[in-house]
Amino acid sequence: MKILLIEDDREAAEYLQKALSEAGHNAHVAHDGDTGYQLALEGSYDVLVVDRMLPQRDGLSVISGLRARDIKTPVLILSALGEVDDRVTGLRAGGDDYLTKPYAFTELLARVEVLERRGSPREVETVYRVGDLELDRLSHTVKRAGNEIPLQPREFRLLEYLMRHAGQVVTRTMLLENVWDYHFDPQTNVIDVHVSRLRSKIEKGYETPVLHTVRGAGYMLKAG
Amino acid sequence: MLPAVLRTTAARLTAMFMVLFALCAGVLVFYMSTLSVSMLTAQTQETIAEEMQSLARAYQRGSLPALVRFVETRSRQPGANLYLLADVNGRILSGNVDSIEPGVLEADGWTPRPFAYRRYGDRGSAVSPPPVEGAEIQATGHQAVALVLRLPNQMILLVGRDLGEPQIVRDIVNRSLILAFGMMGIGAAVIWFFVGRRALRRIDTVSEASRRIMGGDLTGRLPVNGSGDEFDRLSENLNVMLARIARLNDGLKQVSDNIAHDLKTPLTRLRNRAEVALAGDLEEKDYREALEATISESDQLIRTFNAILMISRLEAGYSSEQTVPVDLARTVADVVELYEPVAEELGVLIEASVQGDATITANRELVAQALSNIVDNAIKYSAGSGEAPRVLVSLRRSDDGVAVEVADNGPGIPEDDHDRATERFVRLERSRSQPGSGLGLSLAKAVMEFHRGRLELSGRNPGLSVKMIFREDSRINEQR
Repeated sequence: MKILLIEDDREAAEYLQKALSEAGHNAHVAHDGDTGYQLALEGSYDVLVVDRMLPQRDGLSVISGLRARDIKTPVLILSALGEVDDRVTGLRAGGDDYLTKPYAFTELLARVEVLERRGSPREVETVYRVGDLELDRLSHTVKRAGNEIPLQPREFRLLEYLMRHAGQVVTRTMLLENVWDYHFDPQTNVIDVHVSRLRSKIEKGYETPVLHTVRGAGYMLKAG
Repeated sequence: MLPAVLRTTAARLTAMFMVLFALCAGVLVFYMSTLSVSMLTAQTQETIAEEMQSLARAYQRGSLPALVRFVETRSRQPGANLYLLADVNGRILSGNVDSIEPGVLEADGWTPRPFAYRRYGDRGSAVSPPPVEGAEIQATGHQAVALVLRLPNQMILLVGRDLGEPQIVRDIVNRSLILAFGMMGIGAAVIWFFVGRRALRRIDTVSEASRRIMGGDLTGRLPVNGSGDEFDRLSENLNVMLARIARLNDGLKQVSDNIAHDLKTPLTRLRNRAEVALAGDLEEKDYREALEATISESDQLIRTFNAILMISRLEAGYSSEQTVPVDLARTVADVVELYEPVAEELGVLIEASVQGDATITANRELVAQALSNIVDNAIKYSAGSGEAPRVLVSLRRSDDGVAVEVADNGPGIPEDDHDRATERFVRLERSRSQPGSGLGLSLAKAVMEFHRGRLELSGRNPGLSVKMIFREDSRINEQR
């Protein structure tokens, strides 16, 4: 995946670039808003990671500039600003996701990978299949190896999100944001308990695990 | 640069008022002089008309000789009006006028404008020659208004009155203007002296006090002399501001101490773990484990930092841009649903009780975050205590607003510690062993203060009740 990092903190950018390339991605770096904007205009990037506070041209202006030129590359905004309201401002300017510093790299990586697949055919499929697990979004039914598994509405939405991003790491905050629609940090492992409940329902009695825990990062749904 | 006394607001105001008053006085004097001139004119005209009438009557009674006699008698009286009798060609026959501006006698009635003339006995440069109309008439500078009447025998009769020297009126105007301006000047100087000096003195004391405060003495306050004037009000407000700054400063100091103290422990642990892992001769699995532990410890640190950041942002103040209508019933249901599995795992029964619904203007994320912190605490502390640990989250409307209450039947917090429980990083003794940053309740309190509501802790028997109370005016009225 080709990623453009627009980040003025050289050390942080270098670290991110290295970490992303270790994760198998090709990241370019721009250290100021103008250069970043030019690169984003020309280059064919899959995802942009834009810091909010940049020299010469701030991050939000870069994003709204790109959107005005009809460049629809998904954007992850990085911000050192607090979380009371900046998130809304960032998303309104045309960002697709928002991450507050300090963040864990795994969180950034997971979000970037999810952003890349945004708009993939998966989004509109009505039936998701992972191995022998099957989720029908229209009839709200879940089957494993042909046997229906009854789920609570929240569990269904949780599984739906995990299946839509099958093969990708999904973090706890991503789950809270997308399944519960809250953007705060729950103190304890509330999400973990929800996931383990779901796991016991879809894995109990079956040989192969499908819902995997990625330590230090989150969860991944994949066959086998 | 002007001297300090002139650069004061008082001096500027005084100057401004002086100009304003001068304008008013000017207009007033001008108006009054115009008015008196026109009154004077009217009076003059009245006298002249009366004179003319008596002359005309004399003519009717005794014809021309009587008129001439009458004119001559009147002319000789001191300070008399102007009298003139001329023939058809304008030659002066009788009266006390020696010469007159040409053209005055040609039309009947009031002369359209004041005219120049010379009286008999005005010994000018050209005196003796018989009436010659010409330039020298102007030299005397006398001006008059007159009524001209053509008699039936074509002779011309003129009765007029000297206007006096215009200089006199001008003098009066000038004198009154000078008097007015002089008094204004003195008044302004007095006002400036008292107001300006007094203001300067007050400001100097305030400046002096603020310099002391800037010098680092945050306990200093501006002087308030109790007069309740604008300086007092300003000083009072500034003092409130100073008090707030001092409080924030204290808070900051306390927080930095706490941060230093509370973060040192996990950081030391982090470092030790890495050190041990490096020193030992371990297998890959052990390294991996050490690294994972390091990451989760760092995550906890990040979480703590985020909470600290958020509290300080919240304390920066409320902004209505960040709020939307929030259905509290929905938020209560969401949070209870979110925590239900955790509670179940810890053997705690969690229930929601919603009486009616309440929609308030608030920040949805913050309210949910605060409530989840409180619920989190309630579950953690009631778990494992007593027979049937239970947490009840209820939403109720009260007289002074809307309250979301989280009540548990755990060990509770001693009454004396209720205030301290919401302070940053304060973890009461019994909770030292529990995981968490010690910021949960402080964050909830900051959220409530951000919403101009309050967080209330009260004891139950057994247990603790934490109430988030939103002000009545944050409620959105809906038709039910």
